[in-house]
Amino acid sequence: MAEKEVKLFGMWASPFALRVEWALKLKGIEYEYVNEDIPFNKSEELLRLNPVTKKIPVLVHNGKPLAESLVILEYIDDTWTEGYSIMPEDPYDRAQARFWAKFADDKCVSATYAVFTSFGEAQQKLLQEARDAFQTLEQALSGKQFFGGDQIGYLDLAIGWFAFWMPIFEEIKNLSVVDNENAPLLKEWFARILDVDMIKTSLPPRDKICELSKQFLSGQIKR
Amino acid sequence: MTEKEVRLFGSWASAFSLRVEWALKLKGIEYEFVNEDIPFNKSEELLRLNPVTKKIPVLVHNSKPLPESLVIIEYIDDTWTEGYLIMPKDPYEKAQARFWAKFAEDKCLPATFGVFLKEGEAQQKMLHEAREAFKTLEQALGSKNFFGGDQIGYLDLAIGWYAFWVPIYEEIESVSIVDNENAPLLKAWFARILDVDMIKTSMPPREKIYEVSKHLQVHWKNASPLK
Repeated sequence: MAEKEVKLFGMWASPFALRVEWALKLKGIEYEYVNEDIPFNKSEELLRLNPVTKKIPVLVHNGKPLAESLVILEYIDDTWTEGYSIMPEDPYDRAQARFWAKFADDKCVSATYAVFTSFGEAQQKLLQEARDAFQTLEQALSGKQFFGGDQIGYLDLAIGWFAFWMPIFEEIKNLSVVDNENAPLLKEWFARILDVDMIKTSLPPRDKICELSKQFLSGQIKR
Repeated sequence: MTEKEVRLFGSWASAFSLRVEWALKLKGIEYEFVNEDIPFNKSEELLRLNPVTKKIPVLVHNSKPLPESLVIIEYIDDTWTEGYLIMPKDPYEKAQARFWAKFAEDKCLPATFGVFLKEGEAQQKMLHEAREAFKTLEQALGSKNFFGGDQIGYLDLAIGWYAFWVPIYEEIESVSIVDNENAPLLKAWFARILDVDMIKTSMPPREKIYEVSKHLQVHWKNASPLK
């Protein structure tokens, strides 16, 4: 199937846009990246392409827009059926991957955001909740190299961003959310996934993400 | 593929286990329904099968447990590939269906519960949000009979429960969430989907859901008093 055009509306510092880039790169799909000035200055085109949630990332394929990064990941795998297999083959494994991606997006993301934007006693309670959430997430790894098995797959793409962003947040706030005490296997996976060539060469500059994260966590800028 | 055993842990009063039952019925799959006393008295077995979120529904197929109703529906379609087609065939339409199901869960659901559980000004705000959310959701329907086209599909199963529960909440709270002013096409779809044979014959008794809803409303309001 010859695709006419693939455009990705994203933002250089967004983990959710990055997930989609990883999927495109795994498939060897050529795409045009359109960087949006999030959240202050969204382009007219973005708002036209995604009037419902007005967010990035938005994939435009053959003129048809699609929002929601995890939905986009599956669309990419469904559409470019040759080459790298992103979703697990087995229906049960596939369902489990979707379950854990949802758990991560529902629990781990909000717990991370909550702990790093709170203070004092409230923060301590939220810290335990975040540590528990990642300890639970680790179960999905169950002795494998990657969530996808020997190679990275859907769930690795869905949560790989934590491997890069979490240590940055931890450094800024001097807190430990994922460590050898609550989630040693997940911590090892952090190192392993950041070492995957495609991932390593696609990460945004760490110092710039540090700077932006400091602003973000202090409430200076919103999501 | 011969399945040894299909069990569904759910609740007779839960919209989320109901949508899984709809998927099973569409495929003609025989299953054992295990009713859980939610939320007060979950069984040991349920907590063992779903220690992560501890919720129903949980599908157990060949002894392998799977929670999360929308994930279960896709699993059912992926596994029982003969018979009724639940997911759209076209990748873009499939993606759109998933997008809208997520939108409904993220926007319509909390706003609907917000209307049901809040009072005064807070309730009015939620009502406004809910009306807007459903008005937006209607876009996914367009001029089709069902979200799935001529027949019900994934998105109809995902959001069909609103057709039954929203009017009940509207009645209890004397508000209007989905009407001819904000979402006439969706309102028409409410009537249409409740008239689908399989759906019609699987609904729990309205007066019992009305009662349970009122009872749970008190429980939830007390649990986290929200002005």
